Amino acid sequence: MLNFPIYLDHNATTPCDPRVVDAMVPYFTSAFGNAASRNHPFGWQAEEAVDIARQQVASLIGADPKEIIFTSGATEADNLAIKGVFEMYATKGNHIITCNIEHKAVLDTCKHIEKEGGEVTYLKVMDNGLIDLAELEAAIRPTTILIAIMYANNEIGTVMPMKEISAIARKKGIPVFSDATQAVGKIPVDVNKDGIDLMAFTAHKMYGPKGVGALYVRRKNPRVKVTAQIDGGGHERGMRSGTLNVPGIVGFGKACEICLNEMEEETARVSKLRDKLQNALLQIEESYLNGDKEYKLPHVTNISFKYVEGEGLMMGFNKNIAVSSGSACTSASLEPSYVLKALGLGDDLAHSSLRFGLGRFTTEDQIDYTIEQVTQTVNKLRDMSPLWEMYKEGIDMNSIEWAHH
Amino acid sequence: MSYSEKLIDHYQNPKNVGTLDKNKQNVGTGLVGAPECGDVMRLQIEVDDATGLITDAKFKTFGCGSAIASSSLATEWLKGKSVNEAVTIDNMAIVEELNLPPVKIHCSVLAEDAIKAAVNDYRKKNGLPELKFEESVVH
Ligand SMILES: Cc1ncc(COP(=O)(O)O)c(C=O)c1O
Ligand code: FES
Repeated sequence: MLNFPIYLDHNATTPCDPRVVDAMVPYFTSAFGNAASRNHPFGWQAEEAVDIARQQVASLIGADPKEIIFTSGATEADNLAIKGVFEMYATKGNHIITCNIEHKAVLDTCKHIEKEGGEVTYLKVMDNGLIDLAELEAAIRPTTILIAIMYANNEIGTVMPMKEISAIARKKGIPVFSDATQAVGKIPVDVNKDGIDLMAFTAHKMYGPKGVGALYVRRKNPRVKVTAQIDGGGHERGMRSGTLNVPGIVGFGKACEICLNEMEEETARVSKLRDKLQNALLQIEESYLNGDKEYKLPHVTNISFKYVEGEGLMMGFNKNIAVSSGSACTSASLEPSYVLKALGLGDDLAHSSLRFGLGRFTTEDQIDYTIEQVTQTVNKLRDMSPLWEMYKEGIDMNSIEWAHH
Repeated sequence: MSYSEKLIDHYQNPKNVGTLDKNKQNVGTGLVGAPECGDVMRLQIEVDDATGLITDAKFKTFGCGSAIASSSLATEWLKGKSVNEAVTIDNMAIVEELNLPPVKIHCSVLAEDAIKAAVNDYRKKNGLPELKFEESVVH
């Protein structure tokens, strides 16, 4: 029996695992103490819970607990890493290298840095969504103080070659920051093996609660420092003031523990379902996979169905299936996805894209139903698409003088 | 964003999807929008030469649900109207009928533009001067 609606938008957010909720509950009521209250049992209890969670979070990424700074999420961690390094290393230089498919939390922070007198190089990704390592190397200047490349992309699920990137950075002594929001908990991420010096991630993409995340900051080989962006009581070793969100942090810790324990099994299960979905949808005529086929998260696929528009397509089944689209018609700005455009996709293909994000609670029945619904709707909408008719009649769409809006 | 029942019905059971023979003297075709904008609408009318009334209207649309529903509704409204009446169909009437949210108003503008383009195509084919329209405001 299928329960509706089916959730296939796990790159946007994930439900809390019930085990995570169970772990959190006591910290709202009986164990409500402030982790900074050093002088009574309420505080000690909260502090102990935070210590355990810090260890759980650190274990998932191969870090030391002292290297974890709790934040309100990945957006804040992105801000703290980039602005914090920019301020801390101002005497060393002002140049940051990033890429053009980063999340807005990174791109807009870099824009801010530019206004403050910083210089930013936005590497263009190749058409598979990965950066060109030679271009990265060539972009390095004597004034480069940070290389900021996301671990995995939120729209197309491509996974960047972090080891190779950090090897290049290490040679020049430049710290590497990675927004690993989409990767942590889904694929093995190890800050030492991957050579990452700063890393942002968030609980709500890995079956934890919303509003809590972390910045990993390397303490040894080399020691990296960031200037605090939120001043106050000096929490988190002065790098992020504010009373700790104890229930959220406990939930984050539990979520990390579950991901670590179940990753191997879960990856095998979910990637099989993803492959089934992807293969079936790519059977549809004129459908195209966006992003690299190999370097990819196990639970995501992004496909363009040429000659149908993404929002119109979603409307065919969005009462029952939740996915997302890179189409302009779904965005307030009426611009198609900048990530898809960065892959060199024409606007027409960007408008026609759907992202499917599978998760821990996705079943094979749900995938079978999704395949059926998407295929039916694509066919139905093509029957009413003037572009599909032209394509079928062999009319060159570039020969038409479109009345531009 | 949740849509009105009427809109959803036009999307799910669109009226008058199809193609008329664009080479026929009494068929007017309007093709508006552009693939890179994410919306293309083709609207066609067939006119009875004796009465000047629109006897059939067909559409095909590449676009969001609101664009599909707007064109479906437009074809319904066109049937039985005279060619001159057709151009008085205002996009705001479509907005009202389908209860389109503000971000989707341009989808109804597209339908209005498609009607005007179809009428002008018909007029041109039949030796009548093309009508001049003010540029639609909401694009
Ligand atoms: C790559 C990436 N970075 C940052 C964020 C923002 O995370 P948060 O919601 O925790 O601020 C997201 C989630 O939308 C993301 O996918
Ligand atoms: S066609 Fe793009 S919003 Fe309607």
